[in-house]
Amino acid sequence: MAVEVRIPTILRTFTGGEKAVQGDGSTLLQVIDDVEARHPGLKDRLVEANGLRRFVNVYVNDEDVRFTGGLGAPTADGDVVVVLPAVAGG
Amino acid sequence: MLKIDRSHVDAMIAHARADHPDEACGVIVGPAGSDDPVRLIQMINADRSPTFFRFDPSEQLKLYREMDDADEEIIVIYHSHTATEAYPSRTDISYAAEPQAHYFLVSTAESGADEGPVELRSFRIVDGVVTEEDFEIRE
Repeated sequence: MAVEVRIPTILRTFTGGEKAVQGDGSTLLQVIDDVEARHPGLKDRLVEANGLRRFVNVYVNDEDVRFTGGLGAPTADGDVVVVLPAVAGG
Repeated sequence: MLKIDRSHVDAMIAHARADHPDEACGVIVGPAGSDDPVRLIQMINADRSPTFFRFDPSEQLKLYREMDDADEEIIVIYHSHTATEAYPSRTDISYAAEPQAHYFLVSTAESGADEGPVELRSFRIVDGVVTEEDFEIRE
């Protein structure tokens, strides 16, 4: 078992077109680092110096991680991480 | 070229007028890979602003779940401009993250919340490059 990470269309260039990839870790950051090891470039699209990028929403089991610890949000085997680009503009 | 139902165009205009002077936003989804906009969903503008829009993250997740279950994707992302022309702003371009989508803009700048002329234009936005496209309204 591992954590499933759902990849939005625009980031599938980093995953060879895969809609979902597997990662291990007990926090969101660990999972992202683990996925980054196999899909380099992905992390930079999700994370900046101060945490998650404003342009992306990340959910662990349907919980928006901005309310559950951000990159420190706990993850466990069987969890599902969904990454959605913010839909926004001016 | 985008082909879009008259009923969807009317619904986008009505939504834009109803929320004027704030920006209105929403999507038309359809079967994945079809480029056929079938189901229009009005989204909440979480920013309730005349110069900015943002889908509410929890509502967006609900939409994602529905689309995932039904093997749908976003075909059209629409929003309104309420004081400027129906052309993507720099902010629109910087946020655009759905390369498969048509970005449809409705400007209510001329007539506001009232009946009257509106400007309708459709674009692709891929890697920061805006390309205007024709669209055909299906009666």
